[in-house]
Amino acid sequence: MLSRTADNLYWLARYVERAEYLARILETTYRLTALPIAYVGSTNEWESAVATAGCASAFFATYPEANEETVTEFLAFSPNNPSSIRNCIETARLNARSVRTALTIEMWDTINSAWLELKKWGNGPRSREEFARFLRWVQEASLRFDGSAYRTMLRNDAYWFSRLGLFIERADNTARILDVKYHLLLPADERVGGPLDYFQWASILRSVSALTSYHWVYRENVKPWLVADLLMLKDEMPRSLASCYENLVQNLDRIAGRYGRQGNAQRQARAVRARLQNSRIEAIFQTGLHEFIGDFVDDNNALGTAIAQQYLM
Amino acid sequence: MFDEMRGSEGAVRPAYAELSHWLAEIPPDVLDFRRREAEHFFRRIGITFAVYGDAEAQERLIPFDVIPRILAASEWETLRRGLEQRVKAINAYIKDVYNRREILRAGVVPEDLVFQNPVFRPEMNGQKVPHDIYVHVAGIDIIRVDADNFYVLEDNARTPSGVSYMLENREIMLRLFPELFSRYRVAPVENYPDELLATLKSIAPPTASGEPTVVLLTPGVYNSAYYEHSFLADKLGVELVEGRDLVVKNDIVYMRTTEGLTRVDVIYRRIDDDFLDPLVFRPDSALGVPGLMSAYQAGQVTLANAVGTGIADDKAVYSYMPEIVKFYLGEEPLLKNVPTWRCREPEHLAYVLDHIEELVVKEVHGSGGYGMLIGPKADKVAITAFRAKLKSDPKNFIGQPTLALSTCPTCVEEGIAPRHVDLRPFVLAGRDQIRIVPGGLTRVALKKGSLVVNSSQGGGTKDTWVLDG
Repeated sequence: MLSRTADNLYWLARYVERAEYLARILETTYRLTALPIAYVGSTNEWESAVATAGCASAFFATYPEANEETVTEFLAFSPNNPSSIRNCIETARLNARSVRTALTIEMWDTINSAWLELKKWGNGPRSREEFARFLRWVQEASLRFDGSAYRTMLRNDAYWFSRLGLFIERADNTARILDVKYHLLLPADERVGGPLDYFQWASILRSVSALTSYHWVYRENVKPWLVADLLMLKDEMPRSLASCYENLVQNLDRIAGRYGRQGNAQRQARAVRARLQNSRIEAIFQTGLHEFIGDFVDDNNALGTAIAQQYLM
Repeated sequence: MFDEMRGSEGAVRPAYAELSHWLAEIPPDVLDFRRREAEHFFRRIGITFAVYGDAEAQERLIPFDVIPRILAASEWETLRRGLEQRVKAINAYIKDVYNRREILRAGVVPEDLVFQNPVFRPEMNGQKVPHDIYVHVAGIDIIRVDADNFYVLEDNARTPSGVSYMLENREIMLRLFPELFSRYRVAPVENYPDELLATLKSIAPPTASGEPTVVLLTPGVYNSAYYEHSFLADKLGVELVEGRDLVVKNDIVYMRTTEGLTRVDVIYRRIDDDFLDPLVFRPDSALGVPGLMSAYQAGQVTLANAVGTGIADDKAVYSYMPEIVKFYLGEEPLLKNVPTWRCREPEHLAYVLDHIEELVVKEVHGSGGYGMLIGPKADKVAITAFRAKLKSDPKNFIGQPTLALSTCPTCVEEGIAPRHVDLRPFVLAGRDQIRIVPGGLTRVALKKGSLVVNSSQGGGTKDTWVLDG
């Protein structure tokens, strides 16, 4: 297939995934800030939302202060933030339009309808209720898109490249949540746990829709190192780093199989997966969670570059 | 005034009998509901077009009218034979102009009309093209004035568009009005993409492999016809490429794929000559492919349509088409031309200036309904201004009588009313044969009394039914 087509499919999936992720961050931030201060401490959750979205410097270049109004505007609707939900959907749709022929009718319909629907929201909702509905809508649009891709696309390179975009983005997002919240995930004996942290941990799980899964996997109350274990090393958890890399390796192998050729991308993905498979959460805490995640983010970006060089240009 | 349903006298013509019953039976609210369904459908699948200079409506829908335009089998047969003849003559003319120039030496077409034409491409002089076919896809605009007379209004021999509407209009009609179809035997159009692909494969360069690689070259997502390009690529099952996807090495054209470079044999290009190759034509073109012309001239890739076909379709050459048909085929033209005064000739200019109130005056290179004056509809100020334009550059204009285009029943605000229509059938010329699917794009002027059917000026489209026997 055309390199440009593969590139468009890859980015289309990334932008849709990013829009959903931003919606989740905003939703959990609203929940946290709605709790009485005694339960969550006095940290500025809006500031942390901007950091988790990975655009703190761009944000503070425009706004003096992170609060509900400014962060909502910036992350959801701002035309000036290239990664706002609005711009994600616009860019996704532009990418979709460029590769109409590689999409199924259902996928095009989903992304095009989402784009048409987006216009109805104008410059943002007028109330919190409306905003909550907006955030739900973004997540549903992403679910529909992902679902229609899963159900209707031929299992060929077009599908595999779109999956690569999805999992690279997802891995990056999960890693970023961990990176911003890592100080909360330090083991209990190093830090006094309490109701304050419980809600923070729960909100981390919620932002990757894993609160229920957590209980199924561990059958325990929420403990920070288990939260980290779930999000990083458990491959049965769909948003965990391990699961993302399981999928990345699989899809890259399929591409290599079809093309009869391996490259840097395959080697790089396997190396990261091996590191995740061989790590235990206790050891990661000992050597430093923050460092581990920082390295992971770099490796994940390196894989993105390797994929681009090998296939997309 | 000739109405395709009611003729000139008001009696329903046979081909429209069932439609007329059906229109009488169907409750207005049902028709209205289907109409809105159609619009919803078009917006969802994204059939939109861009209007230049209209930032507000970057992606607009061309209004679709749900009442079909119907042609009897015998009417179509006349058209089909005439179209085939015309496209054969056009191809013979282009070949001649870029090679032996017999028609110029015989004085049938004036030399300066060719050589001073900005779309004449000296690069094509003596250039061999596969099977001597230059125009592989033609869109011939036809108007009707009464029961027996069809005229060619314009030949489009460069990159005619609109065929996606022909196909999508039929799809939506089949979906919305199955019961109406059951009352007629309508010839299908859905095989157009297959016919196009067969045509494109038949003109592959001799150096191509047995199964030639065809691509569709688009200027990109911001082009007004982008929807059509992606639609066609999809239906053809070929890659939709932009200039940046192609690269030329040693006169071979390749596309960049995820598996490396792949050779390209036939390019169905929907991009103008000017933008094809920055090394030969406009150097500022970012849409084209450096080296493409060199590969083309080396015969390693076929462009459809060929470079330089514009010499056959501007409005000044148009007036010579009847002579061109006779010159190459030795036959009387089956399709009439609209009588045309060429303002380049002094006595014609004088006539046009004298009768400007009753004529349509067009720019020779204009298109899309821009740069023209419709005398009977224009006010004094516009006429005075146009007269000055005409005098300062007479060569650039032609005049034609204001023909009463036929009308068709159309859904408008006040109900169902007659509106003027034209027809663009699509003619495919390949190595083996000329292929024309029965039908075409019917454009309709939605404003009452308006004769301008162009989509950029408020025109809409209709499904075109050719009855099968």
